[in-house]
This record gives sequence, structure tokens and C-alpha cells, in this order.
Amino acid sequence: MVVPVLLLVALSAIIPLMTVVNYSVQDTFGNNEFFWVGTEWFQEILQSERFHNALLRTLLFSGLILAIEIPLGIAIALAMPRRGAWVSVCLVLMALPLLIPWNVVGTIWQVFGRVDIGLLGHGLASVGIDYNYTQNTLDAWATLIIMDVWHWTSLVVLLCYSGLVAIPEVFYQAARIDGASRWSVFRYIQLPKIKRVLLIAVLLRFMDSFMIYTEPFVVTGGGPGNATTFLSIDLVQMAVGQFDLGPAAAMSLIYFLVILLLCWVFYTVMTSHDNETQNGARRAGGSR
Amino acid sequence: MACIELQQIAHRYSALPGEASAYAVQPLSQVWQDGGAYALLGPSGCGKTTLLNIISGLLRASAGRVLFDGVDVTGLSTERRNIAQVFQFPVVYDTLSVADNLAFPLRNRGLKIAEIETRVATVLQLLGLEHMARVRARSLNADDKQKISLGRGLVRTDVNAILFDEPLTVIDPHLKWKLRTELKKIHQQFGHTMIYVTHDQTEALTFAERVIVMYEGAVVQIGTPQELFEKPAHTFVGKFIGSPGMNVLPCATDAGNLLLAGKVIGKLPYSASGAGQLELGIRPEYVSLVATAAGNPDSLPAVITAVEDNGKHFVVRASINDMPISAIVREGAAIPESPRIILDPAKINLYRNSHLVTA
Repeated sequence: MVVPVLLLVALSAIIPLMTVVNYSVQDTFGNNEFFWVGTEWFQEILQSERFHNALLRTLLFSGLILAIEIPLGIAIALAMPRRGAWVSVCLVLMALPLLIPWNVVGTIWQVFGRVDIGLLGHGLASVGIDYNYTQNTLDAWATLIIMDVWHWTSLVVLLCYSGLVAIPEVFYQAARIDGASRWSVFRYIQLPKIKRVLLIAVLLRFMDSFMIYTEPFVVTGGGPGNATTFLSIDLVQMAVGQFDLGPAAAMSLIYFLVILLLCWVFYTVMTSHDNETQNGARRAGGSR
Repeated sequence: MACIELQQIAHRYSALPGEASAYAVQPLSQVWQDGGAYALLGPSGCGKTTLLNIISGLLRASAGRVLFDGVDVTGLSTERRNIAQVFQFPVVYDTLSVADNLAFPLRNRGLKIAEIETRVATVLQLLGLEHMARVRARSLNADDKQKISLGRGLVRTDVNAILFDEPLTVIDPHLKWKLRTELKKIHQQFGHTMIYVTHDQTEALTFAERVIVMYEGAVVQIGTPQELFEKPAHTFVGKFIGSPGMNVLPCATDAGNLLLAGKVIGKLPYSASGAGQLELGIRPEYVSLVATAAGNPDSLPAVITAVEDNGKHFVVRASINDMPISAIVREGAAIPESPRIILDPAKINLYRNSHLVTA
């Protein structure tokens, strides 16, 4: 039973990954000639300032995205109606941004933010705010972050909402009996009950934002300067722009490992309570 | 603790447009004495839980008033009514420890830390949960979780009443008995007004001093377990309470005699004049079987359809002229092959249009 799955995973993931591993330890000057370089590319990438900067930018971007989208998503989900005609209206409105392709989102915001013709850019300029995402680093970042929040907060909302509607009414009734405040209800009933979907939301939003490529590529192209050159953009420049296949392959692998590591950290931190509970139960069981 | 008074309370849930909504609770007035142990008994969907939620304030009744010790609380929220309620399914705060769960309602009411600790310790001991005070509530089994739900009511010593909504549904059968006994002890010790909703007659009859039987949104009888057994006010009560329930058979009267299946089975126990369908009710416990008509002039021939052995006694299912009747025969007694049936005349109740006819 496991063999077909293994075959599928091998074909779809492991074999392509191995070709990248293959590139990462060799150098080529064309003509299909390859030279063994060992871990040289890895050392070069890990020590390069260009990589450090791109990594820091990407980390900062993902951090900001999570810090905004997760609380905002929870807040919107809490405010959404639980029953009635408005439920479907809200759900459709929430789902809309998720249906738009990445590059279209990028194009929308690229035009929207333009100072000459964009509604946002022109509007801001006309009230005297000096906004230009092609020249000002802060403006470029703000544009990308607002765009991502607009595009993806819905996902967090929908996940949290699904968790919230699954909470039986009796929990809220018990909270009223116990005289719990609105905050206590959130802290001790709603948050624990949506923790699992919230974990999925955090992981998805982290991975997605950490790998973001299309939208900044369309809107800022990595600029001004290198201000919005995230790891993905840097990687493509290196692999396609400069055709440095070896370093690009080494960077891909490091990139992949960083994502894996950070996901593991999120997962471990967010599920640590559960494990603690199991240990607690075992202790209690033993002392019976 | 308080005396709870319902004045002309009625409730209907909102219906779809163009559709008349039925009463979930029909207009009723009822006083629950301070410190009393009451059971609300009835089949599923009879309005028991609705009535309970009206008392606790989780639901606002469509009509009528709720009074606690003479003070109108109809408009007060659940929080301000100071009521404890235990639900059918255990509710615990997953991430909090057992002790913190018990302290939760006290902390919300801003009690002093020392006071909270004392009370929590008392309740932990009462429920036998001391050894798991620091364990997170999430990891407990359903029994212990339900104990915590109960404990959150018990820590509040000043509650006006503790309401139970079929609290033992998810509890293991062998623990049900134990918890019920504990509840009774707690009631005797603290004297809370307790209202216990259940569809299980054993639970109701063992827990309560007075049982309120509900049927289709209306109270059909209020009485002690003994009264419900001997003098059911409605054929529904007779059938619902007892295992098997009371036999209800159509009957007729003729010049002071009681007729069943066209035959005189004895004198009319009391006069039952009036219009409407007349039925007699008799508990299977008071139906006996004899072998011959000799010496038993009031007996009726019957056909046995089934005999169930339930361990303590036999339940004989028989029929008289196609009217089913059950009789309880003690274990070991002989069951005649073609028996005749005798009804104990002192134990016969008469019903007109399903309601008890009183002497």
C-alpha cells in the first residue's frame, strides 16, 4: 500500500530535488561539462552579504505579515455573523480576494498605486502625501504588505471562522453561567478551540509569505534598489538572470531548509500545550 | 439560595413566517421552594430544557415573570441571576487546570485569592479530584469533566439554585449511581435549591423530593414519587413511569358496576359520571393471574403473548379480547397456561379523556 505513495512522492518531489542537490555540488561552464566543488557553493552563499540581506528582508516581511494578518483575521472572524442571511454574503466577500491569481493581484496594485494614473497613488498625491512605491523604500514595503493583507487575510478569516462556528453553543452558555467576561470567553473558550485551525493558518501564511515572488516581482521588481528583493526574487535573478546554476541550487536548498526549520519551530511552539497535557495526564494516571 | 417562582411562564420559539409556532412551554405557574430537590421528568422535546433555561436566564420567556425570593428577575441576565447550571455534555475550559476551572467562576466575580483557594480545595475534596488538581482539564475523561462542570456550580456557595440538565447522560452507568448519591448528599449538606431535568424515571424518582412530569410543553403532574406511582394524574404519567408502565384499558360503567371487555369485573370504585372516553388504569404490579374461574367471579380469560424474565420478576404480556395487558409475576411463581386475569379493585384508577377522575 505504501509503494504507490512512495513512487508518487519520489517522482514529484525527491527526484527533482536530487537534481538540485546534484547542481549544488558542481560547477559548469556550459558544454555539459561539470566539475565537483563539494560544499563550496554552500559556504559562499552562507557567507554572502547578499544572501543575508535577502534572508533578513524575507524574515521581516513574513513576520510583519503574520503579525498583521493573524490578529486581524481572528478579529474579523469573531465579528462575522454566525447565522442568518449575512453569513453567505460575508463568506462570498471573504472568498473573493482568494480567487484572484497572484500576478493579477500584483498588476492591480501596481496600477492602483501609480502616482500618475492609480486611484491610490494619485489620491494620496492629491491630498499632499508624498507616496511613491518605485522610489521610496517605506512606500514599497507598505504597498506590498497592504496588498498581501488584502489578498490573504481572508484565508485566516475563513479558517478561524470554521473553527468558531464549530464551538457548541453550550460553551457560551456555561461561560455566561460562570460570569465570564468577553475577553475570558475568547481566551479560555474560543482561542483554545480554534488553535488547530489557527496553526494551519499560521503555517500557510508563513510559508506563502516566505516564498512570495509574483506580487513583488510585478509591483516593485525587487526595488527600489534591492529594498524588496526577497529570497525568491534573489534566487530567480541568480538562476535565470546570471545563470549561476551551482550557487542558485545551493541557495534553493538552504531556502528550503530554512522554511522547513521555521515551520517546525512554529509547529512545536504551538502544539507544546498538547504534549504537556498528555504528559500531565500520564502523571495523573500514574498517581491514581 | 432562593425560592423560585414562575408566574404564567410560557415560551414559543420563533417559527417560520406563515406558520403558527407551537408552545415549547405552555403557560404555567410554579413555585420551587427554597432548598427543595425537584426533578423535571418527561420525554425528549417536552420543554424541560426550555423551562430550565428560562429559570437560568439563558432564554427569555415569551410571556410571564420569574421571581427569586419575590424579586422580579425576568429582565436580568444569567450572570446577574447567580445561578449554577450543569449541562448534558461536560463543559470544561480546556487549557485551564482542574483547580483553575473550579476557580474560574469565583475569579470572574472578583473574590479574594485566599477565599478562592479554600473553596476550590473543599470542592476538589468533595468530588475526589484532589490528585488531579494541577492537570489540564482537556486530558480528563468524560466522567471527570462532568464532575468539574458540577464543581463549578458547587464552589459558588451563594448561588440561588443549581440546575441540572440531564447531567449524567455521558457518565458511565456504574458511576451514575455514585454521582447521584453524591448529589443527594451535597443537597442535604448545603441545602441548595436543586432542579434536575431528566427523561430517566429512576434518576428523577431517586433524586427528587418532588417530581414534576411534563408532557408536550405542559406540566401534567407534580407529586412525590409515591403519588406518581399510585395515582398518576394523566394516563401519560402512568405509562411513562414504571417498567412496564401502567395498563390503560378502555372500560365502561353499568349501574354501579365496572365493565371491561363487556364483562363486569367488579363494583365501580367511585362514581365517574361525565362525558368522554372512560379508561381504567392499573399497574402491572396489581394485576394477577389465576388458573381457574372457580372462586374468582370477577376474573377475565386472557391469552399470554409473551413472558419476559427481567431477573427480579416475570413480566407477562397477555391480551383480553385483543386488548394488551401486562402483569408482573414474582420469580418462581407458576404461570397458568390459559390464565384468567384479576385486577386489584383498590388499585384501579379511572380516567376520562386521559385525565384522572377523582372520587
